Amino acid sequence: MSDVSALSPQGATGANPSARYYLTREHHPENGTLLGFWLYLMSDCLVFAALFAVYGVLGRSFAAGPSGADLFDLRLVALNTSLLLLSSITYGFAMLEMQRNKVRATLTWLFVTGLLGAGFIGIELYEFAHMIHEGAGPQRSAFLSSFFALVGTHGLHVSFGIIWLIVLMAQVTRHGFIAENRRRLMCLSMFWHFLDVVWIGVFTFVYLMGTLP
Amino acid sequence: MSTHTGTPDNATDHGAHDDHHHGHDDSAPHATFKGYMTGFVLSVILTAIPFWMVMGNVFEKPSTTALVILGFAAVQIVVHMIYFLHMNAKIEHGWSMLALIFTVVVVGITLTGSLWVMYHMNHNMMPGMMQDMHKVP
Repeated sequence: MSDVSALSPQGATGANPSARYYLTREHHPENGTLLGFWLYLMSDCLVFAALFAVYGVLGRSFAAGPSGADLFDLRLVALNTSLLLLSSITYGFAMLEMQRNKVRATLTWLFVTGLLGAGFIGIELYEFAHMIHEGAGPQRSAFLSSFFALVGTHGLHVSFGIIWLIVLMAQVTRHGFIAENRRRLMCLSMFWHFLDVVWIGVFTFVYLMGTLP
Repeated sequence: MSTHTGTPDNATDHGAHDDHHHGHDDSAPHATFKGYMTGFVLSVILTAIPFWMVMGNVFEKPSTTALVILGFAAVQIVVHMIYFLHMNAKIEHGWSMLALIFTVVVVGITLTGSLWVMYHMNHNMMPGMMQDMHKVP
């Protein structure tokens, strides 16, 4: 019985309550935005996981229509992949210039990133238009429905990333590297690199494996 | 330059105590040129090899190619996580890593579960199965 009474509130109030209940060495994060944005990215990851699962289930249901081997031009996909990979490294350079507080260099690298992203979207739209023109639109087969859903969702993400990028370039031009702009640029950095990670899954799982016999 | 005004902490405090000190506003890790270039070169290599394998028909069996390029994709995702997203167990006191591990587990269950269940369902719903069903007592 004496053990129980030692754990009762009366026993605890005798000691320093903060030392009793809180780990003093654990800081509260001063800026939760980056962690919050990371959690958003993880939930976005689950959206893509569902779309990948759909493609994995339906990706071979051609309904006597064209298959991936008939439709995909791997040279175009390779070009697209290199554009996105290059845009990742140029965004990285922009972040390095931000660490050195160089506004003009940061804006230049952001501009290059935006151009590469726009090139990626342009090629993807050309590919989609070409496929739809050939009669291989999303309504042709389950394979094509899941293909357009997955790759289109990724393309939409990149498009919104470019819009965000343009807005941030305007913000940085106007206000410079204030704390808010640094935080926003870091969030977009995570978003942009995350889309490149998703694209690794897309080109491997959809394009390369779709072309295999 | 007016760029320093917003973050006096950040501009002046980077000195001898830049690790394990959370006094300044950015809890994000410090990116380096070397880190980005390492990640980029590795990514180029890890992207080029799968494309070469598929476009050059390197392996006889498609299933071998599929397994190998999936392996390359997994490695490349880890490379991007480390060198571009600066992932490690320390940032945000480990909460980022915890969220990532949770997501990886859920994604793994979603993908393997869907493929597994739907494969067996397709298999069991084949037209040939219906005749066998009558023989089952």
